[in-house]
Amino acid sequence: MKSLRALNRSSKVNRSRLGTVVLFIILLIFACVMAFPMALIIANAFKPQDELWVFPPRLIPNNPTLENFRNMFTVMSSSQVPFVRYIFNTVLITAVGTVGHIILSSMCAFPLAKKEFPGRNVIFQTIVLALMFNATVTAIPNFLTMSWLHWINTYLALIVPAFGAPIGLYLMKQFIEQLPDSLLEAARIDGAGQWQSFWKIVMPNVKAAWLTLFLLSFQSLWGIGATSYIYKEELKTLPYALSQILSSGISRAGVGAAVSVFMLIVPVFIFIFSQSNIIETMASSGMKE
Amino acid sequence: MKNMERKASKKTPVIIKYREDYLFMLPYLLVFVVFTVFPVVVAMLFSFTRFDIVQLPSFIGLKNYFRLFIEDSLFPLALKNTLLLAVITGPGGFFLSLLLAWVLNEFSDKLRAVLTMLCYAPTLSGGAYMIWNIIYSGDSYGFLNGILINLGIIYSPIQWLTDSKYMMVSAIIVILWMSFGSGFLSMIAGFKNVDRTQYEAAAVDGIKNRYQELWYITLPSMKPQLMFSAVMSITNSFGMGDIITAIYGFPSSNYALYTLVHMLQDYGNTRFEMGYASAIATVLFLIMVLSNHFIQKLIRKVGN
Repeated sequence: MKSLRALNRSSKVNRSRLGTVVLFIILLIFACVMAFPMALIIANAFKPQDELWVFPPRLIPNNPTLENFRNMFTVMSSSQVPFVRYIFNTVLITAVGTVGHIILSSMCAFPLAKKEFPGRNVIFQTIVLALMFNATVTAIPNFLTMSWLHWINTYLALIVPAFGAPIGLYLMKQFIEQLPDSLLEAARIDGAGQWQSFWKIVMPNVKAAWLTLFLLSFQSLWGIGATSYIYKEELKTLPYALSQILSSGISRAGVGAAVSVFMLIVPVFIFIFSQSNIIETMASSGMKE
Repeated sequence: MKNMERKASKKTPVIIKYREDYLFMLPYLLVFVVFTVFPVVVAMLFSFTRFDIVQLPSFIGLKNYFRLFIEDSLFPLALKNTLLLAVITGPGGFFLSLLLAWVLNEFSDKLRAVLTMLCYAPTLSGGAYMIWNIIYSGDSYGFLNGILINLGIIYSPIQWLTDSKYMMVSAIIVILWMSFGSGFLSMIAGFKNVDRTQYEAAAVDGIKNRYQELWYITLPSMKPQLMFSAVMSITNSFGMGDIITAIYGFPSSNYALYTLVHMLQDYGNTRFEMGYASAIATVLFLIMVLSNHFIQKLIRKVGN
């Protein structure tokens, strides 16, 4: 009973408890349908070879085994570069790229959302439009830029462009725009400079936005596989190494599923971390005006 | 202090007056211009050239565009498929995300996080859409066919992946299933950002139920998130080429799911006609910009 009451957010009014329970049940069914494929991938990782091709596929393996994970490490240990190196590369690119993207795009979004200066609209519109251009035909100019900068075969080629991705700026600008002007005005009167306003007032109040961006950016960088900028084996990423395992055919299908689960674990943890920290901030909990 | 600033603004040039703002934007804009604006502009210039990657591009004026609009017999088909998919999956995905985010907002933080993850799962696990190959499988062992035959709705299996009568419908279902992505997450965060005192005030003002509350209080205060999600819906619904290729193969049978993205990837990656591919990309870009313009206008009217 207590948990049912917890379903209903006490701060809100006009809620019928029955409505909330019905909603919850409908939602749970819907969510299970949505998550079915992920469950199947996880189940496959624990199936022995002969069970993988049972049709229709079962969610609970008859003889669950860890063999696929054991094989995964055996297969990986035979690569020319120590496997840890691939993990290191991906962790490095993802960590630096995500943090840099959040900070740079938030710094740029702050004036765009809150200040009136010449060129503001042009800059913002350009960034929104940039989200819509197909990447197939920009590959060549990008490659030319990279080789002109001598960034081919360096981490920079993957990390730096991530700093300037359009999505982060757009997301941060939309949220910073909602902050009440009075909040920033008050900070200014208290003598806060640009950096202090940004770091002490803006960022804590748009926590929901940068936690969301953290997840989105993490996901896209974590998934970077083979690119045309990197051909040195010791600089290649984890998804590339894993796709090599996957491409070796049906006999490796179980290992493939284990690999997918392995790739999935970290984003799932990041997701739980970011979503469970999205709570109401000062600006949205009634401290406005 | 404010007065002093105002006085100063009359004399000092803007670049000095807003120097801190420009300084704040500089690092991001530098990267953005070099790795996004520059390649896009170059690609647009390519669209006026013949460029096969081996030789330098040579200027041919509007020839690529004439070829696309007048000569290319596949262009009308690609355009039709693109628009059809976008018109259904764009708004469809947008409203499904909004509905779900709204409903999820009713629950406590922990439950919300769990349910959000289950719904976001298709996007979280990169290649999860391959599962539709099994669901749509054409023999009677296919999930969907199996269920429909057992229920007595159909008597022989339907070729969901290769019969052009059903391909559009089955693709739309997959794309809608994938639509709880970045726009959805921004809406979830947006609902959290609504000032709670507004709800209490609204209850006093005689807002009767959650639907009125949604339309008059919640949606107007999260317009920025709605606009963000709309742009994400546009980029997703017009750019679904890779997922379609992964499930239906390329080219899809009878070209039933041949879109502008397939067309430009075909010319760009396979035939190395970069000039022509760039022209297709530019046309696709303009269509998306126009729909964005139209949708942003609509969203401004929310709650009025």
